[in-house]
Amino acid sequence: MTLPHDTDPKLAEYAHPERLVTTAWLAEHLDDPGLVVVESDEDILLYETGHIPGAVKVDWHTELNDSMTRDYVSAERFAQLMGEKGIGRDTTVVFYGDKSNWWAAYALWVFSLFGHPDVRLVDGGRSKWEAEGRPMTTDAPSRSPADYPVVERDDSRIRAYRDEVLAHLGQPLIDVRSPDEYTGKLLHMANYPQEGALRGGHIPGARNVPWAKAANEDGSFKSRAELQALYGGEAGLQPDDDVVVYCRIGERSSHTWFALTHLLGYDKVRNYDGSWTEWGNAVRMPIEREVDPA
Amino acid sequence: MTADTLPAPLAEIVELFATSEPRDRLELLLDYSHQVPPLPARYAEHPERLEPVPECQSPLFVATEVGPDSRVEIVVDAPLEAPTTRGFAGIFRSALTGLSADEVLAIPGDVTSRLGLAEVISPLRLRGATALLGRIQRQVRDQLGP
Repeated sequence: MTLPHDTDPKLAEYAHPERLVTTAWLAEHLDDPGLVVVESDEDILLYETGHIPGAVKVDWHTELNDSMTRDYVSAERFAQLMGEKGIGRDTTVVFYGDKSNWWAAYALWVFSLFGHPDVRLVDGGRSKWEAEGRPMTTDAPSRSPADYPVVERDDSRIRAYRDEVLAHLGQPLIDVRSPDEYTGKLLHMANYPQEGALRGGHIPGARNVPWAKAANEDGSFKSRAELQALYGGEAGLQPDDDVVVYCRIGERSSHTWFALTHLLGYDKVRNYDGSWTEWGNAVRMPIEREVDPA
Repeated sequence: MTADTLPAPLAEIVELFATSEPRDRLELLLDYSHQVPPLPARYAEHPERLEPVPECQSPLFVATEVGPDSRVEIVVDAPLEAPTTRGFAGIFRSALTGLSADEVLAIPGDVTSRLGLAEVISPLRLRGATALLGRIQRQVRDQLGP
């Protein structure tokens, strides 16, 4: 049983308003049956310092990634994980997290690979909820395990592999990293470890639209008109374009994938999760370093 | 060097983590994150005296002082929103403060891998902790001079 949509007027402007909820809506529906709130953060201990009452934690690294192969977990493991978290296939899953929701958007994208039907993001994420003085708790949630079916991932629609990106060159590509990563000056964001890639630069032809441009100061998404000006205007994307987005490991670009797909309604956007840690390390990949012509 | 020959306070922490259930290790790390005190005034007023540890995913700053008796004091600062980073900072602060400079320099660089955290927080997140120790040791060496 899925929950009603948030009819907030800001959200109503977006192409798929059913994919977002406001903090006010969440506060009102927190105890509704059929809802599981998922916190997904960069810092693995942040949830333990306090979380939205009843929320469960999903860690992108230890739970959504396979521990051997660089890939997401299998259908069996995902079903098991969902069961443990008390999530059924018909559960409304609402994600929130730190850093303007970038890890929450990543978790939502992985859930989308498994085709979980009702996934939503809390506009503004953890910081907005906290800033509004809404309740946080360190109490562990008590959820009964659920039955979740084994559903194979569909990587074809919203995930791009390296060879597909290679074949995609010449078509729209958005590099959502910081300008210094894009030009190859840094191999990671400023103040982050300079490791992970042997070459700096970007995939040829990629436009640089840092992911955070889609977010307001409080972590919420910019309005539809602002997003349209950013991606349609400055970056020149058309709604029917076949678009590939990438960053370093695919987390920041999940945020952009969400904005393009669910807020602007572009229906052919794929996230290249191999991103720069694959491209910048792979042998004989073409690389550009010049500044974005846009 | 085995856990037995680590400086006693650090050996105790390694032992504590290694003998805990994986889930409890996260709780322990969280406990250490609570043990980081506010910056003393001499650093709060002069944050530029703290060295950034860019290998950590979240902002982390450290200053190591070697006193006239060659005892080491560690000052660390990390945001409350980064409890994992704060946890490692808390471990090193409580384990290393009061040791002699030589004892700090003798700590093997891989000590963080003995906490049994790789499986619960991922090896990626351990890199920052190793880098923090490396920077503490370099700061000690700098102050000892050639």
